[in-house]
Amino acid sequence: MLTKKQLFTRGMLDISPHMLSVIPFGIICGAIGVELGFHPYLVYAMSFIIFGGASQIVFLQLLSGGASSLVAVASVGIINSRHLLYGAVLSEYLEKLSFIKKLLISYVVVDQGFAESNKFFKKNRSEEFLHYHLIGTGCTMWVCWQIATLSGIVLGSFVPEELGLKFAIPLTFIAIVVQDLKKLDHVIVMITCGLSSLLFFDAPFKSYIIISPIFALFVAALLLRLKK
Amino acid sequence: MTLTAIIFAGVLTYFTRMTMIALISRDMLGDKIKAVLEYVPSAVFPAIIFPGIFINDFGTFIEMNDPKIFGALVAVIVGYFSKNIIATISAGLVSYWFLIFVVFN
Repeated sequence: MLTKKQLFTRGMLDISPHMLSVIPFGIICGAIGVELGFHPYLVYAMSFIIFGGASQIVFLQLLSGGASSLVAVASVGIINSRHLLYGAVLSEYLEKLSFIKKLLISYVVVDQGFAESNKFFKKNRSEEFLHYHLIGTGCTMWVCWQIATLSGIVLGSFVPEELGLKFAIPLTFIAIVVQDLKKLDHVIVMITCGLSSLLFFDAPFKSYIIISPIFALFVAALLLRLKK
Repeated sequence: MTLTAIIFAGVLTYFTRMTMIALISRDMLGDKIKAVLEYVPSAVFPAIIFPGIFINDFGTFIEMNDPKIFGALVAVIVGYFSKNIIATISAGLVSYWFLIFVVFN
C-alpha cells in the first residue's frame, strides 16, 4: 500500500514529461493574450479562473476578432465539455471521497493529468488513497501552467515563433495514446475521432472537439457489440 | 466586460470538470456505459492530435508534404517502441525542425 505522499509524488513524476510541451505552450498562450491587446491582469486571470490551455487562446481570439462575449463563453464551455467524459471515467475511482473533496479535486482535472492518472488507476485499483495521484498530476500541471503563462505575459513571446512549438501539443497526446495502437478496436476509435475532427473542424463554436469524441464513442459501442 | 466573461467561462469550465465527478454516482452508469468509457482516451485525444497536425494556423488543410506529417510519424514510431514521453515529443520536434531548418531551407 502506497502512502499519500508516495502517490502524490508518483503523480508528479508521471505528468512531468508532458511539461516539455505544456510550458512552451503556456508561454505562447500568455504572450498571445498580451499581443492581442488584452490587459496582462486579464490574461493571467484566465489561467487561474479558466485554467484550460487552448480554450484560453480561443476565448481571447474570438473577443479580439469582434465576437460577442456570449459566443466566446459558449466556445470555452464547448471546448472544455470533454472534461465531462474524463469525469465519468474518473468517478469510479473517486467515489469514496467526500462531496467537498470531490469539489476541490475537480478544479485540477486536465487532459494530461486525466490520461496519466487514469493509466495509473487502472493498474492500481486496490490503492486506498488513489486520488492523491490525481492531485499530484493536477497540481504539477497547475503550477507549471501558472508559471508558464505568467512568463509569457511578462516577457512576451521569447520562444521564437519559427520553432513552431505549438506542434508539441499534438505530440504530447500522441505519446499518451500511442501504446493503444496495439489494439485494433482502439485504432478504429482513434481514426474515427481523428477523421471526424477534420471533417467537423469548421463547425460552429469549435464543437468538433466534442462532436468527434461522441461519434467515436458510438463506434466504440458498436465494436463492443460486435465483439460479443 | 471581459472579466465578467472570463468568470462565466471559468465557472462553466469548472462545471464541466465537476459535474460527473461530484454529482453523478457510479451506480447511475450501467456496465455497458462503463465498457464504452474505457475508450475515452482513444475517442478524445485524436480530436486534439489530428487538427494539430493537419490544419494550419489559418484553419486550412496543410499540404501532403508538410513537415508536421513527417514529425508526427516519427513521434508515433519512436513512442511506440520507446514507451517514453520525452523521447516521443523530442523525436517529433527534432525531425520537424530538421525538415524546416535543414532540408527545406
